[in-house]
Amino acid sequence: MRGVWLTAVRAERFKTGCLSVTALAEHGKRTAAMNAVLPYVLRRGTSRLPDMESIAGALDDMYGARIEPAIRKRGEIAALGFCADFPDGAFLPGRPDTLGAVAALMGELLLSPATKGGRLRGDYVESERRNLLDDIAAEINDKRSYASLRLTGTMFRGERYGVPKLGTAADAEKISVATLTKYYKELMASAPIEVFYCGAEAPERVAALVREALSPLPRSAQIRMPVTGNAWVVPEGQVRRLTETMDVTQGRLCMGWRLSEAVPDPDRAALAVFNAAFGGSVTSKLFTRVREELGLCYYAESVTDRWKGALFVSAGIDFDMAGTAEREIAAQLDALARGELEDWELEGARRAVVNAVTSVLDEQPGLEEYYLDRSIAGAGLRPEELAARASLVTREEIAAAAASARLRCVTFLTAEDENADET
Amino acid sequence: MLTKRDYPRLGETAYVGELENGLRLTVAPKPGYRKSLAFLAVNYGGADRLYERDGERLQSPAGAAHFLEHKTFELEDGQDAMSLLAQRGANANAFTSPDMTAFHFDCAGGLEDSLRLLLRFVSAPSFTPESVEREKPIITQEIRMSEDDPEDVMYYGLLKALYEHAPLRENVAGDVESVEAMDAETLYRLHRDFYVPANMALVVTGRADPARIEDICLEALPRSSRPRPLTVSPGPEKPGPVSVRTERAMDVGAPMFLAGAKTKSGLLGRESVKFELTATLALSAVLGTSSPLYRRLYDEGLINETFGCAFENVAGVSHLSFGGETRNAEHVCLRVLEEAANQAARGLDGAFFERQKKTAYGGAIRALGSLENIAYNLAAGAFAGYDYFETLGVLDTVTAEDCRGFLASYLTARSCAVSEILTKER
Repeated sequence: MRGVWLTAVRAERFKTGCLSVTALAEHGKRTAAMNAVLPYVLRRGTSRLPDMESIAGALDDMYGARIEPAIRKRGEIAALGFCADFPDGAFLPGRPDTLGAVAALMGELLLSPATKGGRLRGDYVESERRNLLDDIAAEINDKRSYASLRLTGTMFRGERYGVPKLGTAADAEKISVATLTKYYKELMASAPIEVFYCGAEAPERVAALVREALSPLPRSAQIRMPVTGNAWVVPEGQVRRLTETMDVTQGRLCMGWRLSEAVPDPDRAALAVFNAAFGGSVTSKLFTRVREELGLCYYAESVTDRWKGALFVSAGIDFDMAGTAEREIAAQLDALARGELEDWELEGARRAVVNAVTSVLDEQPGLEEYYLDRSIAGAGLRPEELAARASLVTREEIAAAAASARLRCVTFLTAEDENADET
Repeated sequence: MLTKRDYPRLGETAYVGELENGLRLTVAPKPGYRKSLAFLAVNYGGADRLYERDGERLQSPAGAAHFLEHKTFELEDGQDAMSLLAQRGANANAFTSPDMTAFHFDCAGGLEDSLRLLLRFVSAPSFTPESVEREKPIITQEIRMSEDDPEDVMYYGLLKALYEHAPLRENVAGDVESVEAMDAETLYRLHRDFYVPANMALVVTGRADPARIEDICLEALPRSSRPRPLTVSPGPEKPGPVSVRTERAMDVGAPMFLAGAKTKSGLLGRESVKFELTATLALSAVLGTSSPLYRRLYDEGLINETFGCAFENVAGVSHLSFGGETRNAEHVCLRVLEEAANQAARGLDGAFFERQKKTAYGGAIRALGSLENIAYNLAAGAFAGYDYFETLGVLDTVTAEDCRGFLASYLTARSCAVSEILTKER
């Protein structure tokens, strides 16, 4: 099928199957809110099963199979669709074909939505638009993730990457039956579609079931591959700062760096081990030095975004420690850039990555995510290869990744009664 | 010697036994897995506040089990066991619940070495009065973070409304005062009394060789054990909630609520599994995602996908709960209670009930995909006297009439309390 790719991982150690169908679209101000709402609208009803009650009933009949909307952001690409997991028929009375039933329902949800006058149903669009607005409002509930959201929003202000995954309330307000129906048709005509399966079934049978389920796909236009890159808008040398006050009992400090200047196409294994050494594991500099030895933070963790070439740190601190904690976090990054990493730290970082990547092989959701990323990237190592490569990453490679970092943004969430300021 | 047990319906095998020192050991190998998971559970949690040893009644202060979990990772030379495990490639963590303290790790190699270290540091504490003092601000911050979390505030709000004195109503970590009052001597006494092989269960699953695991346990743990301490129950709760409603205003995007009711106390063994399955099926019939009521409330915009229900059987008591984001908690509660009363009077729809049972059957199979889940449930079963891998056999015995009885007894207007989080004017 044109613009549809299937990855099937045959594994007999699992008692469940996993199937996902994902459309790739552009992430940005125009599309984010529509990407976030569309799978939820489609899951409200199909032409055969017109409401949630009948869809849930059909899933109960498949021994509690689940088909959930999934919206993911990879750099400036949105990956939206459905993820299903279901018990393997071999372990059920009468050995029902759960994979066949799930694949068919997945196709139905994607391609035969409940409509009125040729458009998506107005009551479903309106109700899911309201739910999206509630979800956007609820981003404030978890102060730690809210603080990280404020960092990326500030650091990438005016860029597609800086638009939150769910979009903004203003953009969600603008969604209408007409715009969403048009966008849905556009995607079905031209968006690349990734299908992933993991379970005991033979790949040939999976391919046949998927071909059947997606056969109504109206491919009337050229397939449009969305793009993501590591170009940045923030000028070199500028550090954006934001302080915000809120009803919190602990301060949240977030810092963001550009990583990709020296490594335009980062070696994924080196980047992962660098992150584990800096702040992504219990043997990391941030955990052992900043948290345990100096007692400056209650938590301090780093993550990298390999799609954008960015490094983020998030820390929970006392309100009066923002300056000290910021200096010490930066000092640890400098130390790594100078190659100051003891043998046990290097080994701990390598093993943390090897363990995490090997774990993926024993978990279907982890495998799904891993292979989706690999498909979006167009190529890449299999988990076994990445684990082998990570175990060989050198101190010099870690130092090179650390040395490429340029601080671009610092945000602080505090309870102190100060006026918020943005520079 | 461990006994081999096969579970043909699940396609699982377990090697089970009680060692000479009283440790309950279960090894559940998962062929084809690359990862191993070791889970060492101590039958002691935040709600075990009063116990008997040699005829004497002793206290475990609020937050003590959680404090002890933190300090257990400290080794003789001040080194951190979690860091040592990480250097060996094991990803370790621990948690304290109201009735269990658990130390666990997963690894893609080096299982035996890491397991020896785990057994050693859990059974031989090395903390000092100074290091106990250093831990206090860290735990205080953990409590503060929980105070910022609307879900936690709402949950404890409900428990305080439901229970008069069950220790479950207090935060497992205690409060700022109890943390400040903690000392090394108390923690050593609690370790001596609770962290004994006879009061522990070890589960190893994933890639694992049962005979080797048994040998390591015999080598690394004390040969004999003091007896299990007897936890003293704080006395029965009165029927009905202590207060019917509690609320707090917080920095949240949308108002939310959690309603609940006490159910049966003192559940143990197979009966606890049957009661939990009955509760889950009864709640699904009234307000599960495929119920007519769920669809109506969702269509009317009164609930969104945060809405759900749960049943918890923990530390000698049990309760049901339901809730989510809504602009009208009172109305949603009324509709749920009305539907429960209807089904309690008329009985559950037979075809619908059978579909819910299929979902529960599939759920039991699905749960076997997570090593963490398998290990936790096998350990909890070892303490409460049931075999987690027998769940499907128990499910077969649950009837629609059991569920009707559950709704009539427990999901009623008289028994419910509600905890609400309201939005703050910003």
